Amino acid sequence: MTMIEAIRDAIDTMMARDQRVVVFGEDVGYFGGVFRCTDGLQEKYGASRVFDTPINESGIIGVAVGMASYGLRPIAEIQFADYVYPGYDQIVSEAARLRHRSAGDFTAPMVVRMPCGGGIFGGQTHSQSPEALFTHVAGLKTVMPSNPYDAKGLLIAAIEDPDPVIFFEPKRLYNGPFDGYHDRPLTAWKQHPKGAVPEDYYSIELGKAELVSEGDDVTIIAYGTLVHVALAALEGTNISADVIDLRTLVPLDLAAIEASVQKTGRCVIAHEATYTNGYGAELAALVQETCFYHLEAPIERVTGWDTPYPHAQEWDYFPGPARLEKAICRVLEGTALAEGAAAQANGGANQ
Amino acid sequence: MSGTDLDALPDGGKHADAERPGVTEESRWGKSATGASIKGANALSLHVPEPVGRPGDEPNFSHVALSAAGEVSRPAVDAYAGDIKAHATSLVRVLSDDHEAVGEWAGATSLALCVQGLRAMMKVRAYDERMLIAQRQGKTSFYIQCTGEEAISCGQRLALERGDMCFPTYRQQGLLLAQDYPLLDMICQVFSNSRDKLRGRQLPVMYSAKDYGFFSISGNLGTQFVQAVGWAMASAIDGNNRIASGWIGEGSTAESDFHSALVFASVYRPPVILNVVNNQWAISSFQGVAGGASATFAERAHGYGIASLRVDGNDFLAVHAASKWAERRARSNLGPTLIEWVTYRAAGHSTSDDPGKYRPKGDAEAWPLGDPIDRLKNYLIKQDRWSEAQHEQTWTALQEEVRAATREAETYGTLNEGPKPSALEMFEGVYEEMPEHLLRQRQKLGV
Ligand SMILES: Cc1ncc(C[n+]2csc(CCOP(=O)(O)OP(=O)(O)O)c2C)c(N)n1
Repeated sequence: MTMIEAIRDAIDTMMARDQRVVVFGEDVGYFGGVFRCTDGLQEKYGASRVFDTPINESGIIGVAVGMASYGLRPIAEIQFADYVYPGYDQIVSEAARLRHRSAGDFTAPMVVRMPCGGGIFGGQTHSQSPEALFTHVAGLKTVMPSNPYDAKGLLIAAIEDPDPVIFFEPKRLYNGPFDGYHDRPLTAWKQHPKGAVPEDYYSIELGKAELVSEGDDVTIIAYGTLVHVALAALEGTNISADVIDLRTLVPLDLAAIEASVQKTGRCVIAHEATYTNGYGAELAALVQETCFYHLEAPIERVTGWDTPYPHAQEWDYFPGPARLEKAICRVLEGTALAEGAAAQANGGANQ
Repeated sequence: MSGTDLDALPDGGKHADAERPGVTEESRWGKSATGASIKGANALSLHVPEPVGRPGDEPNFSHVALSAAGEVSRPAVDAYAGDIKAHATSLVRVLSDDHEAVGEWAGATSLALCVQGLRAMMKVRAYDERMLIAQRQGKTSFYIQCTGEEAISCGQRLALERGDMCFPTYRQQGLLLAQDYPLLDMICQVFSNSRDKLRGRQLPVMYSAKDYGFFSISGNLGTQFVQAVGWAMASAIDGNNRIASGWIGEGSTAESDFHSALVFASVYRPPVILNVVNNQWAISSFQGVAGGASATFAERAHGYGIASLRVDGNDFLAVHAASKWAERRARSNLGPTLIEWVTYRAAGHSTSDDPGKYRPKGDAEAWPLGDPIDRLKNYLIKQDRWSEAQHEQTWTALQEEVRAATREAETYGTLNEGPKPSALEMFEGVYEEMPEHLLRQRQKLGV
């Protein structure tokens, strides 16, 4: 399955199992969403469970809070993460705090899904990765899958979760495992092991990372698209690295990070979002707190720049494999590995 | 919810209150929480609006309320909003089916201005056609046409004065082209090339042209409608005589910012024209999803005591006359006017869209208000100010002008070929002065 199909399948699976699940958003009903993640669901479950909404993100999220407090399980789609801001108040001041402020009298078990990230020449309004604006908020869970298998399992877990979950879908991964080499031919999910998605119900516990590559030299912590970029950066080098796909940012699998960094003593953190106060800053602080005495080199962060996401300069902005490889070399500085890898990195054309 | 007992749900519907002692599903909800035990006549059901036609259906516009050309009166410019409420449900039209200008709104537009307007609309169409081809050829990532809506932006721009400020959406290229804004500059922006005035930063068509009264377009819907009100308030605070013109699609009137604009416009009565372009569709959502099935968009102004008009947006003369009316009102310190332009989005939403997936085939052709260029052309021919031959000639010349500008733009690069704006441009202009941290990041990238 593609990631789009996996997401649709997760929603479909849950709508069939649980009458309380409803899904809505701009162009979500008849048309099935601009990325087609809800295609066919209105026909299958009817317009009172799958419907188009007015273009009003604060309304979309506000009604989701109301429905969730009633006892439904709303899944709200925001067409692009870049358009969530009008709904931010409803998420931060309402959904996130409802349980706490009412001492459990009311809760908001709901999922807000949104495509995020760049790589499609979407310019500043179809490319953002605002996850840190949500990980900063108490009461929210934040998820970002990197492949179809995880997307389905995590989305099902999110729908079943008793608390509000912000579910980011890296849109550049919708149709294939994009590794940052934008000038190479696309690969399809059906050629990737994680594109094999069972049609049955399964869920992946929120808060559990996955070690997607195992090694001793360095730990790379990533999520979403950057998981694939990290693997691509290691390709052809003799560096053996732990690559951790966080999958869930809050709750965070700190144990997995700790175990890895204490083993390797070196850590590179990668995300597409801007650098300053990005989620990488939190990760770096936690690594410092938990692994300080094991660290052999300063922690490196490879991220988008602190600028709006540009249109023409998309690939100068995107933290591709070459940038990641350079950072890996910096944390390996002084080791024999670094020399070989540096030569390799200088040969790479991709910034 | 189709009469399912909560007990039959996988977790017995317990999640929400599972951790609250003493609260059972039964005591909290009774049996009717999801309509489980209330059946028949008393059960509620959700109203979800649906358009009259979908793919496979015949086009049908019987729900669009029309007035005859010339039927609607032209109120005095200082009319009290409460006295012209009927103008929010009727439709101001000037051009009749037999190509005459009729009624009280006729006469506001000289024949010379009509010719100017016709050329401007034709230029917009020629430009759209060429840019669509350029996008298909991979010269840019994205394009938005305004086919069928040309009269609205061109007609209004010709009713405004230099120094007035428009806050457009991505579908008002006519505001620029009606002023002879350089085609080359527009195309270079669309191509994100080395001569792009916006330096490759913005999505194609998100132009900015302060000197032409054209505010930088935001991709975030609705945000600029209220900014137009603020700009108009500033002109009033400043004691100036410039006015603002805000633009929004009918779909985006759902955004809270639309309502913010109306409440501020109602309170401070600034010199602003609040344009709602009702082209029937917001991507795949018909206007009923924005509330258009319950009341007209023009009627929304009434709750705020704002004067409003509902106008045939495919009738250049009606557009110009109504814009002039609102412009006079604004500039005479008589406050804001909301205008709903009734039109039809004849093309796809953008180059990423396929309207065949959600609306009936042949809809654009069946649209009862016709094509704005054809209508104005026929009027001018009837007035002996234009001819088929002239029209043909003008069209060919405009196509050639656009083609030549496109060729010239290509020498400065296209999105995927030739010279590009430098990566440095990404770091410039985030702040007036580049702060330390951006300097460091720039060095890291090596630019
Ligand atoms: C805040 C926000 N939400 C969603 C979108 C995505 N989007 C872009 S255009 C569009 C439809 C707008 O329809 P309408 O306002 O009727 O204008 P039209 O495109 O028909 O001219 C949507 C939903 C956006 N750009 N900004």
